[in-house]
Parts: sequence; C-alpha cells; structure tokens
Amino acid sequence: MIPAAFEYKKAGSADEAIALLTEYGDEAKLLAGGHSLLPLMKLRLARPEVLIDIGNVADLSYVREDGDHIAVGALTRHRDVERSDVLRSALPVLAHVASTVGDPQVRNRGTIGGSIVHGDPASDLPSVVLATGATLVVRGSGGQREIAAADFFVDFLETAVAADELLTEIKFPKSNGAGWSFQKFNRRAQDWAIVGATVVGGDNPGVSLVNMGSKPELSVAATEAMASGASPSDVGAAAADGAANPPEDLSANVAYRRHLARSLVERAVAEASN
Amino acid sequence: MSLVGAKVLRKEDPNLITGRGQFVDDLSPAGTAYVAFVRSNEAHGRITNVDTAEAVAMQGVLAVWTASDVADLPGLGVPGLERPLLAADKVRFVGESIAVVVAETRAQAVDAAEAVLVDIDPLPASPTIQSAIAEGAAPLDENVGANVIFMLPIEDPDIDPALAAAPRRLSTRMENNRCVPTPIETNVVLADWGPSGLTLWATHQAPHHLRNTVATYFGLAQDTTRVITPDVGGGFGAKINFTPDLFLVPALSRALRRPVKYTQTRSENVLMMYHGRAQEVDIDVGFDDDGSLLALKVDVYQDNGAYADPTGMGLPALTTTMAAGCYKIPKVAVGWKNILTNATPVAAYRGAGRPEAAFYIERIVDMVADELGLDPVEIRRRNFIPEDEFPYATHSEIAVYDSGNFAGALDELLNIMDYPALVQEKAAAIDDPTKPLLGIGFATWLEIAAFGPPGALEGFGHLASWESGQVRVQPDGSAIIYTGASPHGQGTVTTLAQIAADELGIDFDKISVRHGDTATVVQGIGTMGSRATAVAGESVKQAATKVTEKAKLIAAHLLEANPEDIEVNDDAFSVKGTPAKSVPWSEVAWKSFQNLELPEGVDPGSLESTVHNAPPNFSFPSGAYGCVVEIDKMSGDTRVRDMYLVDDCGTVINPLLAEGQVHGGVAQGIAQALYEKMEYDANGQPLTATLVDYLVPGAPDLPTYTSSRTTTVTPNNSLGAKGIGESGSVGAPPAVVNAAVDALSHLGVRHINMPLTPQKIFSLLHEGGA
Amino acid sequence: MENRPSNVPVTINVNGNALSAEVEPRTLLALFLRDDLHLTGTHIGCDTSNCGACTVLLDGDAVKSCTVLAVQADGRDITTIEGVAGDDGSFSAVQEGFRQEHGLQCGYCTPGMIMAATALLADNPNPSEHDIRHNLEGNLCRCTGYQMIVNSVRWAAENPDGVSVSVGGQGAHS
Repeated sequence: MIPAAFEYKKAGSADEAIALLTEYGDEAKLLAGGHSLLPLMKLRLARPEVLIDIGNVADLSYVREDGDHIAVGALTRHRDVERSDVLRSALPVLAHVASTVGDPQVRNRGTIGGSIVHGDPASDLPSVVLATGATLVVRGSGGQREIAAADFFVDFLETAVAADELLTEIKFPKSNGAGWSFQKFNRRAQDWAIVGATVVGGDNPGVSLVNMGSKPELSVAATEAMASGASPSDVGAAAADGAANPPEDLSANVAYRRHLARSLVERAVAEASN
Repeated sequence: MSLVGAKVLRKEDPNLITGRGQFVDDLSPAGTAYVAFVRSNEAHGRITNVDTAEAVAMQGVLAVWTASDVADLPGLGVPGLERPLLAADKVRFVGESIAVVVAETRAQAVDAAEAVLVDIDPLPASPTIQSAIAEGAAPLDENVGANVIFMLPIEDPDIDPALAAAPRRLSTRMENNRCVPTPIETNVVLADWGPSGLTLWATHQAPHHLRNTVATYFGLAQDTTRVITPDVGGGFGAKINFTPDLFLVPALSRALRRPVKYTQTRSENVLMMYHGRAQEVDIDVGFDDDGSLLALKVDVYQDNGAYADPTGMGLPALTTTMAAGCYKIPKVAVGWKNILTNATPVAAYRGAGRPEAAFYIERIVDMVADELGLDPVEIRRRNFIPEDEFPYATHSEIAVYDSGNFAGALDELLNIMDYPALVQEKAAAIDDPTKPLLGIGFATWLEIAAFGPPGALEGFGHLASWESGQVRVQPDGSAIIYTGASPHGQGTVTTLAQIAADELGIDFDKISVRHGDTATVVQGIGTMGSRATAVAGESVKQAATKVTEKAKLIAAHLLEANPEDIEVNDDAFSVKGTPAKSVPWSEVAWKSFQNLELPEGVDPGSLESTVHNAPPNFSFPSGAYGCVVEIDKMSGDTRVRDMYLVDDCGTVINPLLAEGQVHGGVAQGIAQALYEKMEYDANGQPLTATLVDYLVPGAPDLPTYTSSRTTTVTPNNSLGAKGIGESGSVGAPPAVVNAAVDALSHLGVRHINMPLTPQKIFSLLHEGGA
Repeated sequence: MENRPSNVPVTINVNGNALSAEVEPRTLLALFLRDDLHLTGTHIGCDTSNCGACTVLLDGDAVKSCTVLAVQADGRDITTIEGVAGDDGSFSAVQEGFRQEHGLQCGYCTPGMIMAATALLADNPNPSEHDIRHNLEGNLCRCTGYQMIVNSVRWAAENPDGVSVSVGGQGAHS
C-alpha cells in the first residue's frame, strides 16, 4: 500500500525533465499521471530511487491538427483525448479507445504518453498507435528523434525510449473518414482487455491486437490481408494465427485467446468496412 | 400510525453520507503505533530461519515479534488443531503470519516488515480437496496425520435400499466455489491496553463474543475489557470469526504500553480473511417417472483451509440440514468430511452452508426435470411441501420448518415474469445469429435463519443464542435502545427504532439505537445468521412493551384514571374514550424520575427494561427467483439480463431496507455464479490475490432487479419476522446456473460448476456438452 | 535506506482551505488526507486502484486519491466528502439522493460513490441508467447490488436542489 521511499523532483519543462533524467539515469522514473507506475510502487513491484514529476509540464498537453496528421502531446489525459473535438472528427478511433481505458477516475489522471511508454501488451492505446501507424516523438539530451510505431515497442514493458529520453508527442495520421473499429473483450467494465483489437480501414489499413503477445503488436499478416481486400473472416484468421506468443492466464488459454482474436478482428473488420 | 411496515429513511445515513462515520481506521488515539506483518510466500513448508536483525535496527521500529515472542499465548480455534498467532516451525498457507512489526508510522512498519528475512523449505502442497485427500498427500498437521480431520459417515441403513427401490436414479458430483467475502472495509484492529484495562476497537460483527473471548484469552476480567465495534464497513459473516490479529494487537499494546493499530491491506485481506463456501458434494437422488423425489443422499466434502475454525467446521452441518430444500422427500440421509488444505482457512460467508444446500438441491431438481422432460416449474410444484403441513419436521432434528407457502411464492414469480414469452424468445434465439442464447432458470429456495433458539450458537463458541434489547426512557421523553445486535449496514438502528416507536408511542425521531460497545450494551451476541430483526427486534419489542406498561401506571396516576384505561399514541397518554384527558410522554418521563410525583409502588427510574429474547425455533425464509441469462455465442460471455425475485421473510419492518438486503445478497449470489472464485495453482500459490484478478463485480456488470414479496409469518416471534439478510445469496446462484444450463441444454449440457467463466462456457458451446 | 529523502513542502486547497505541510514524497494523497489532515471520510478499500472508495475531486475531476501522491496535488484544489455539504450543513443533492433511495448500507464505499456521482452530474446533469452504471464502474460496493445507487444518482439528477429539510441523524455508537 505504501511505496518504498524515493527522492522527488519536479520538472517544470520537458528540458528540465531531460536534464534530471540525464543526471539520475536508471535510478529515475518519470511520473506523469502515475496510473501505470504508482500501482506497481504501492505493491513494491517497482521501486525507483528518484521520481521526476512531469505532471505540471503544461506544454505537453495538447491536441492539434498539423497538416496531414494530428499531434497529441504526451501528457494529454485520456479524458481530454476522449473529449477532443479535433480527434472526434479527424481520428475518432483514438477518442473512442481513450474512453474505454480503465474507469473515469483513471481516465482523469492517466496520460496517453504514460500509457504508451509503459508498453503493456494488455493496454488499449498502444493498439491505436500501431494500427494507425503513428510516429512517436522522443526528446533526450542528444536532441529529438522520431520513432515509427512498428519500432517502438521492444519487449514486455519495454520501449525504444532510452533512459534519458522523454516521449513528448504522438503524431497520428488523419483517418480522412476511413472506417475503424475497436473491440474489447473483458469481464468487468473496469478491467483490462482479455483480448482486444483495433482495426482501421482506408488506404493504409492496420490491424493490431491487445493482450495477444509479450508486447503491443501490429498484426502484419492481418494488415496485409486487409490491404489485399480479404474477407473479414480471413483477416481475423490471419490475426489469430499470426499472434506469435499469446499469454495464458486464468481468463484465457492460448486456444481461447486465438479464438477471441479471430472473432474480434473479424467483427472489427466488418464494422470498419461499413 | 404504525411504523412497522413503513418505508422510513435511515437514521444511520446522515453521518455516513457526510464523511462523519467512524470506522476503526478513522481512530488514532495519541501515541498510536502501527503494525505490519511478515507473511509466508509458501503454501506449505518448514521455517528454517527468521532474521529480524535489520528490521529491529530500522528507524521508528518499536518491536519485531516472531513465534518465540508469543510462545506463552495459545493458538486459536479447534482444540488439538490450533492456529498459532505467528507460524513457528511450519507454514500452511500463503499469507500466514510469520512475524509482526510495530513502528511509529505506517510507512516505517511496512519498510521494516520488508526487511525481515524468512527462509522456508517448501513441502508438497495440497491446495484443493482432491489433492488433500489423495493418497500420499502430505498431512498439514503431523499430529493428526491425515487431512480429513472429522467425518460424519452416512450410517442410515435405509437410504441405499430406498435409492435402489426408486424407479429412477441419478448421481452427480458438484462443486461450490471458494469465495472471498470482500467487505470493502478490510480488518482493522486498534488496541489500547493501559493500567486500567484493555479497550479494543475492531471491525467485528459480535463485540460481546469478542470481549468474552479476549478477556478469557488474556485472563482479564470482563469489566476491564471493553470492545467497541464502531461503524463497520460490511461483514458478510467474515467478521464473526477470530483472526490472530485480534489477539496479537492487544498483546503488542500491552508490551509497548501504547495504543497499537493494524490496518489490513486489501491484498492481505484476500489471503487472511476467512473464505467461504469451498465445498464438493456427492449426491444420489431417487425419483419416479412423475418426477416425485423419493430418496436423497448427500455427502459433503468441506474444504476448511489450513486451520479448522469452529464455524468452518460447522458449515457442512448447515448444508446437510437444509439438503432437501422446500421439497417433501420421504428419505434423506446425509454425511460429511472436514478437510484441511494448504489454502486460506474457511468459515462463515453470507449464508454459511445454506447457499451450498440450495445450490445442490435446486440443481438436482432441474437435472431430474431434464431427465424426465418435465418443465422446471412443474417438477417443483409436484414436490413442494404443502402449505398445510407446517410445522414440517425434516430429516434433521435441527430443522423444523416454521411456515411457508412455496407454491404461492412460485405463483407470484410467474406473475411478475412472463415465462411463456421467455420460452418463445429462447427458442427463437438458438438459431438466430444476431441473438445471444437465452436461458431461463428458477430457484425455489429456503434457508434457516433467526439463529436464536437455545443451543443455536453455543456450539460455535458463543455464550448463548438469545439477543438482548434494552429500552431506557430519558427524562425528556426520548428513548435510547441498546441492542446486542451489531449491525454493519443492515439498517438495524432504523428498524429497531421503528419497532420501539410503535410499542412506546414515542416519536421515531426521539428514539436512538446504540450498539457495538460492551461498556454500554448490557450483553449481546451479535449480528449474523439473519437474526437481528427476528431475534433482537423481538427483544426490543418486548422490552418496549414492558416500559409502556410501567409508564401507563404513572400516566394513570397523573390523569387520575385506571391504568387499564390508558392508551398511548403520538407521544402522549390519554384516557380511552376521553381523548381530551391526556398527558404528554415528556411529562410522564420527567415525573418518572421524581419520587414525589410517583404513585405508590412505582420506583423512580423504572422506565427501562431489558429482555434477552430466545425464540423457540429457527425461522425459514423462502422465496422463488427467476433468472434470465444471455450467452454470447462468440465468446461464451454469460450475463444476467433479468432477475425476478420473490421473497417471503415473514413480516417486513421496513420494505426499503428489506429490498436492500435482497439486492445485496443477490448481487453476491450472481457474483459467485458468474465472476468469483479464489484460485490457487498446484503449489498453493494464489492466482486471484488482488481485486484485479478476484472479480468483484461493479455497477455495469450486474442487472436491474424486479422484486416482489409473499408473506407467511413466523410463529416464533410476535412480529412475525423471519429474517432476510442472507436470502439473496442463497437463492441467486442456483437461479443463475439453472438459467445457463437451460441456455445450453440443447447441446446436452447438464451441469456447470461455478463460476461460469466465458472460457468455460465457450468450451461447452464449441466442444460439446457435459 | 541510508539517506532518507527530504520532505517536500506542499500547499493544497482542501475543501476551500489552503493548507501547507511538509510531506514525505511517497505519501499517498488518501493517507495525507486521513492521517495528516484527519479528514477520515475518504476511505481506502484496496491497494490496486480498483475499488474507488478513496475517490475525491482534484480540480473538479474525480480521481482515486490512493493513486495520487500528495506532492502531485501541490497547488491544486481538492474536494473531499467533508466538503460536499452546503455551508449551512444542508446535504448536496447527491447526498440527499443516497439517503432518499437507500443508496448505502454499511457506508464504507459511500464517500467515494458520492464523489464519483457528484463529478458525473457536474458533467452530465441528466444521465441515463447506462451512463450512471458506467460512470461508477471504478467504484465497488459489496452491500447494495448497485440498483439503489443508480436510483440515488437519478434522484439527485431529478432534484438538483436537493431538499432543505433538517434531519436528526444518529451516530452508531456512544
């Protein structure tokens, strides 16, 4: 219930945060909304020496149109993503998925950047990053770089963001009216997905799965099948069969997870095609 | 106007809705120190070393105790099978306490507990009934040498011939899943043991029982041992039981000479608070071609967890007592085994043994109906105990059903649910790919409640089985009721005030009800077994009647009339037929304390009375529930769409509160049926140890309830009230499972063990039936 | 730990009062409210952010105060259950709704429920049953089965001014 003790540093800007990250290195963790990190710290499954609070870095909370894409600041809360008029019209899948994360209290605190950088395969928002082919903007002591979604998620709870770097922005391509669907299967409304699927249609389709591997993953085979105009059931089969390493737990064994993935993707493709 | 039966808003609420309730963790007397435990991460093993050196040296640490520090304090529970306060040589379940730390702050205590190093040599673990009774299973208790610690064999020589003689016969094994009670307030214990005695604040359902037990345990006099159970955040039976922290925390306070508080975390609570249910059963039933039940044999396997609790030992007795439900079965024979496993100990959880019984018999009745192609409603009607056969003696000498009208409740159920339309909808849904499968389930259940007859609770360690009620009129004409019941959500403060208002003629707003403090409540047993209204309510009613009779003597004196001619209404006494001749209660009360104003033979301060009410029999609340489930054909996800509830709890004191009790019990019943099960892996490691994995349902996960009532009053008290606290948790699980089996019956499914997880249902949908 | 981390000064506006304190950084807002400010109406029911008993308003938004550090609330406005009633002690519409519709039994989850419902109605003054159930999905109740909680929130939506009757409530114990 009570985290192990840590040193607290408040960063007033992204640059300050990067300076602190550079100073403390591996000992430090960034604290944004805290809804991925604090639960682990309370159970003492995470025990950083230093917490760098970036919650007050106001210039990283925004949603704005920028040419052919929409830029979302990493510290934008789920609630603000969910309610953004810009997103609702130009990228409704993102607004919708944000509205299904956790519960209202979680959405009032949790940030899109925190959720993505945590790299949890059971998390909903990474699937939108992957299905839309977003670009992740990262800033560190060595300057700023952009990482393609496909290269971002490295392993279980591990991303391409280096220890002295900060995710500052996610650039989503505009959907330009393309169809989309998000399917989430869980028991209780507040729960993580047992399996989820995000599908976007249009010229650059994407199919990604939630909780079907050790990291958030784009289903390459399903995405290709969709691009080639395959039927919803064939896309679903490609997604299910293509998942390399589905987890096994009390809720679902591998066979059931694949079944869910197949059915959810099939349903999502049909919905995105309407 | 009578308040009994009226929808009255609760007296409890104003404090609770403003944050002014007082739960134990809200209290921190000056100088309070804080406790954290070191717990076993092995399900079974030998403790080879406990190193406290680093913890002892940490900032703020006041004490670190291991088993050797409590060697002079005896274990708890069943003699010969005691549970130690701190594990000494062996651990027997994950979460068992090994060491305890006290520090100046909560955080310091947690830090120091983390620094205690424990070495355990693991032993083979038996976390389930089947693994514990398997040949070669390592015994949890070497002194006993076997994991079956008690057995009541089925010895009735007539049962097997009766089964053999039946034209048809069916045998089955069922499970009743291990549940975690999960009151939203965890266990909290605060002890302040000073030179003048011990005050113990606890989240408990039976303060006097706790006081008596703690005093005896420490050799204290009861007058200097005070237990206070202030606002208690839910109990559901799990706060009747005695856990080691209730004794360790006072011992620490005594040693440290300051108040000491333990606030359990939720993760600790899931492992440490007694679990419920955890049974398997073998059932044989004989019946004829018309569906008449002829013989029933029930053999229960009770998983008691790692230590035998007296209540936990008694659960199968309650299950087997209620084995025949509301049906007239000529021959019933029962037996059971109590079994130790490497899992959290098991004891009372809402319904305690009766939800299990109702689940088994209601499933059996459906299986028999299925076997014969009979409608589940029809088979129930054919087997109900007729309305004119009460009192009805069952196979058990404990259970003589007081009253009931089972067919009447079923009629009312069919009145509020459109069964024929649902049957049509179900048939149409099977082949409609756009529709989920539909299932309709029934449960016509009854349970045993109003634990109060002499002998009812003594076997579980209680002083007696009555409940106390005391009425004390104050000089201004208000009244304070003291009850030995110890409510924790039931609204007993309100219901007892309603009962007292009717008897006293004092305005409801001028009646307070006090409970949960052994220094102010004369004596008490507590709130459990659906007894507060039927047993404590009756004691208050009788005490109020006695006070009113005495007050009439004073009123008659003041009005210069005959006491027999005095009536009381609306806060005043008057002379029958002459309403103008009246005196207000306030005046009678005031003068009742003044020697010069009293009639001869009446002492000052006489307007108080205490009654310890022990009813002659248990009561048997019953009901008929109907459930409609929808099963998603793709995923197997099973949801309750509609829940129709007809309850017969006898006289209802407050319909709002009675309905609240039903809703809450039904919610827990649906939760048991669909969502909840404490799971362990083969090594006894818990897999559902937090609320992330143990699925207590939320508002979107449960349905809206449609409820109604029938009434057969109990002859056991003058109110006619039977009790309703546990009804929902008894009736709901079989209704839900019967509905799910109905939805899948076209696939040959005959039974599904709870909980009905999507994966389990999916495999039935796609891999064929039972 | 060899060197204990230094405490951090915070100023938090709690129920309209600006309060300054030095807190250990790891102090959860829920424990700061309960242990340091003695505002014990905010309850703690779990350690995994599931139950919502600790819900308070942070700058008007419902948050789980067990998953917010006190230092994160520095300079912010916090409203707890103690700050919901009117200055004259009159119940808010949501409080009155819970009383009228028997939306509580043991009362332990109730402060969190009331805070979550208060935030819901501020945002959506006329929520449907579906809206209410889903907006309370982060708050667990073990007593009521939720239907009467839904009714309570509906009552508040239909009676936004509450009722101005004084009631003689009673504590549970002496």
